[in-house]
Amino acid sequence: MADQALTLEDVRFRWPGRASFGLSVPSFHMTQGESVLLLGESGSGKSTLLSLICGIVTADSGRVEVGGSDLATLRAGARDRFRAERIGVIFQQFNLLPYASVSDNIMLPLRFAPERRKRAAPDEVATLCSALGLPDEITGTTAGHLSVGQQQRVAVARALIGQPPLIVADEPTSALDAATQDTFLGLLFERIAATESSLLMVSHDERLGARFDRVVRLSDIAQTERMAA
Amino acid sequence: MILRLALGSLLARALTVGMTILAIALSVALFLGVEKVRTGARASFADTISGTDLIVGARSGSVQLLLYSVFRIGNATNNVTWESYQDIAARPEVDWIVPISLGDSHRQFRVMGTTQAFFEQYKYRGGRSLVVKQGHGLEDLYDAVLGAEVAATLGYEVGDPIVVSHGLASFTEHDDQPFRVAGIIDRTGTPVDRTVIVSLEAIEAIHVDWRSGAQIPGQTTPVDRIRQMDLKPSAITAALIGVKSRLQIFGLQRLINDYPEEPLLAILPGVALQELWQIVGVAETALTAVSAMVVVTALLGMMAMIFSSLNERRREMAIWRAMGARPATILGLLVLEAALMAAIGAILGLALLYAGLFIAQPLVDSAFGLWLPIGPPTARELFVLAGVIGAASIASLLPAIRAYRLSLADGMMVRI
Ligand SMILES: Nc1ncnc2c1ncn2[C@@H]1O[C@H](COP(=O)(O)OP(=O)(O)OP(=O)(O)O)[C@@H](O)[C@H]1O
Ligand SMILES: [Mg+2]
Repeated sequence: MADQALTLEDVRFRWPGRASFGLSVPSFHMTQGESVLLLGESGSGKSTLLSLICGIVTADSGRVEVGGSDLATLRAGARDRFRAERIGVIFQQFNLLPYASVSDNIMLPLRFAPERRKRAAPDEVATLCSALGLPDEITGTTAGHLSVGQQQRVAVARALIGQPPLIVADEPTSALDAATQDTFLGLLFERIAATESSLLMVSHDERLGARFDRVVRLSDIAQTERMAA
Repeated sequence: MILRLALGSLLARALTVGMTILAIALSVALFLGVEKVRTGARASFADTISGTDLIVGARSGSVQLLLYSVFRIGNATNNVTWESYQDIAARPEVDWIVPISLGDSHRQFRVMGTTQAFFEQYKYRGGRSLVVKQGHGLEDLYDAVLGAEVAATLGYEVGDPIVVSHGLASFTEHDDQPFRVAGIIDRTGTPVDRTVIVSLEAIEAIHVDWRSGAQIPGQTTPVDRIRQMDLKPSAITAALIGVKSRLQIFGLQRLINDYPEEPLLAILPGVALQELWQIVGVAETALTAVSAMVVVTALLGMMAMIFSSLNERRREMAIWRAMGARPATILGLLVLEAALMAAIGAILGLALLYAGLFIAQPLVDSAFGLWLPIGPPTARELFVLAGVIGAASIASLLPAIRAYRLSLADGMMVRI
């Protein structure tokens, strides 16, 4: 199954600390180019799952594979490099370094990913910006001065630059109003289709489901537990 | 790019960062300034006398003798009799000898009685001689030659009359025998600038009507009679000696120290200066320590500033992590920011120092006779600057390690 974008098998994870939150995922897969919407209540562990997939935290047991590489076999430094090379990340909000320029923000992951830097065309920042409807002259301005909608688009540009095979988005639309949400998703899907990346997006808003290949509930793929203090 | 981002991050917090940099700059300027004054004082002290092999005075401490004979600080407890002086002057080892007689004053300045030989033999700053830039040296009995600062402070010119006071802080004036300003010596940066020089005979002359420190009541010898008198002094305060061969210095010193008729002391100026440093050294070290503490305080302030910024920067750290930055990169980023702040602070401090020097140099020179040289930063100063930057980097390690831990524990999202 070479075209597996993401594989989770028998994954168990628990945050350190006494009364901590634990998560276990028996089996979850995504194929390359697939777009999946992951629904779950607030506090159900969606962000925790994304942290596991990105290799920012590591599973206590089980297998997390991204594009066929088992994250557990990588050492911490290699895992950070792997994330920079292969995964584009979009947060719910506050995606950007407020003091850095738009173009520095977009190129930030390339700083840690030499191969992805090679893949990125020299004018890719400009191409992405115009594709996402960001005015040209914006690239030099400081990210903190942008509107929230503009910031989210810059975050998409940053996730997409250098065409990482997997895009992970943690409620990227929740800070946007309905109309902006719709154009935002339209642009996101357009870009993803162009680069044939896989998209795993987390949300608690079921109405977004129509655009995705598959809609999954966290409660269907994972058991969560909370230890009493 | 990392450097640009670090600069951007500092710039975004311009106010707190600016205050921190200012604190570092001021502390660095203070530290370097204290060092400058310290080395300047040392240099100007050491420059005060050169070419003199031995200083002779009544037996007391060697530092005391050095202080009153060369620096005009403090007083002689005893005098050297004229007979002893002549005995020493007659020694075959002696190349030249200059007698000095102190004890009177003019306003806040000391009056020194000596001979023409003083102008020929006294050397300062590595062998420079005194230059009488206006007028001439001691010719008439009532001629006075002024140090540059005396003339400048009191506004004297050649030909002006001046009256010498008896003792150092008294209201008794030798106004029956006024002097005339015969010459003014070029500025030397030594205590000579603050001295009124007259002849040894003149000192004798103004004390003709005095016995053991008090004026003989009702007696005033007219000036033209004094001029006829034999004004051989009975005692002097000290004498500067040059020997014919440096090999004879210690022999002559021993001889004078063992002089049977009178307890005398001969010192080597360099050795006495060394002793003086040992005394002053404690204060110097204390001064350096205090200014170093100020630098440490500024760096601690910076550390506290970084610590308090960590919480609001946790999101930023999460972004860095999500983009593939290693925790070590985040640690490095914080240390880099600290090093940048310290470097800007250090350079600003250096600029402040030079600005301060340019303003203070003439003031310090006229107020304390201390010439602070302005030159390119010395190796020692550069070392201090590098030290400040290094110390700042080390100090920032503590908050940086905390950021490292936080970024490991936070995962991708920051819980706030
Ligand atoms: N860094 C952390 N350290 C310890 N516990 C954490 C950490 N991050 C999250 N948790 C715990 O994990 C649980 C799930 O949090 P998570 O952020 O994954 O939920 P979520 O589904 O993303 O919620 P939301 O929809 O509000 O974003 C919470 O109970 C939280 O206390
Ligand atoms: Mg979440």
